[in-house]
Amino acid sequence: MITIEEFITRVEGEFEDMETGNLNPESVIREHFTWDSINALIFIAHVNVEYDVVISADDLINSEKLQDLYNLVSSKANAA
Amino acid sequence: MAIFSIPDIRIAGIAASVPKKEVSNRDYELLSEKEQATFIKTVGVEKRRVADPGMATSDLCFEAAESLLAGLEWNAEDIELLIFVSQSRDYLIPATAGILQDRLGLPKSCVALDISLGCSGYVYGLSVMGRMMTGGAIKKGLFLVGDVSTQNTSYKDKSTYPLFGDAGTATALEFKPGAPDMSFNLQTDGAGYEAIIIPDGGIRNFASKEHSFEYKEISEGIVRNSFHIALDGMEVFNFSLREVAPNIRALLEYAGISLDDIDYFVMHQANKLMNESIRKKLKIEAEKYPYSIGEYGNTSSASIPLTIAHTLAGEIAGKKLQFLFSGFGVGLSWGSVVLKTDKVFCPEVIEI
Repeated sequence: MITIEEFITRVEGEFEDMETGNLNPESVIREHFTWDSINALIFIAHVNVEYDVVISADDLINSEKLQDLYNLVSSKANAA
Repeated sequence: MAIFSIPDIRIAGIAASVPKKEVSNRDYELLSEKEQATFIKTVGVEKRRVADPGMATSDLCFEAAESLLAGLEWNAEDIELLIFVSQSRDYLIPATAGILQDRLGLPKSCVALDISLGCSGYVYGLSVMGRMMTGGAIKKGLFLVGDVSTQNTSYKDKSTYPLFGDAGTATALEFKPGAPDMSFNLQTDGAGYEAIIIPDGGIRNFASKEHSFEYKEISEGIVRNSFHIALDGMEVFNFSLREVAPNIRALLEYAGISLDDIDYFVMHQANKLMNESIRKKLKIEAEKYPYSIGEYGNTSSASIPLTIAHTLAGEIAGKKLQFLFSGFGVGLSWGSVVLKTDKVFCPEVIEI
């Protein structure tokens, strides 16, 4: 699994409207993303393509900080 | 596993027809202009064709079939198999295949039956057609596939209304000894049957004046009654991300074909984000992965042949091609097929 910094860079690349350099591991997700259905789908698709991991909408809603989301994705990626 | 090959069957023609009436998602009032732009870019549907009330899937399939019979110079008398794949049949009973057999002037010696499948239906139906014809007793068959989904979507449901379009298709198949194998991988997970469902109107929840017509707010932007399609987009999305790529990989391994050998991957047009995710996972080049979703929306069972008629009509008529088709969704049901074509009659998309 890649580092959290690389993880964040790739997330910033996926969401075109997002300015780069604003996110860090401690960023609170809900302050930067609205989990409407399309954003959630973009994120789920991104994680699936990049790390071959399937996460649910609840996984997104229940992750507070980007570090939490990274931990979840890397644990699933390592388990696979 | 349901992985198998069928020899000696050739695709002679493919035709698709759509209603003339075109609707743009830029006119959909339940989404703001910004939401419309996001939807069009991400989900991929800009325009859709919509059947007027009373126009059935069988009407669209009939026109497509007539154009094939004329273009191939086939006699209706020689067609001995008709399979109609749809989830928008003319009547609860009888089967629509019989109505089409009569309307097309096919003989009474013709086998005619319906198959109720949606997104996976083209691939599934092709396997049934092939199996019924492969012995050579039936030489020519018509495979009619499509859906009118827009009659069953609620204008006030932004998860379904801007997604679906209507189309009907016809594929002509013939028994031809020596024609290359078609190889299939077909799968099912009925535990997910509620992920895409029209709850009322069948026997389980018979149409009722008290309950079926009442509009309910399911969540913000999703208001519908029980005759409308209910779509759990997240569930279907995750199912497709999980299942489609492994299904394709297993099929290619069985058939001894590499991804690079395939000229075109024609996928069910589910949702652009989902289809692109599958493409990137499998590392398929964009040029080999045609779309019709932008112009026609998600056309359910019709999406694979419609995409061919829309994007590859010239090429499939003139060249030998190696295809992979993959359909996935309602059921939950999914399947893929690899097959070779050699000069398929394929007119441009017909409008009625």
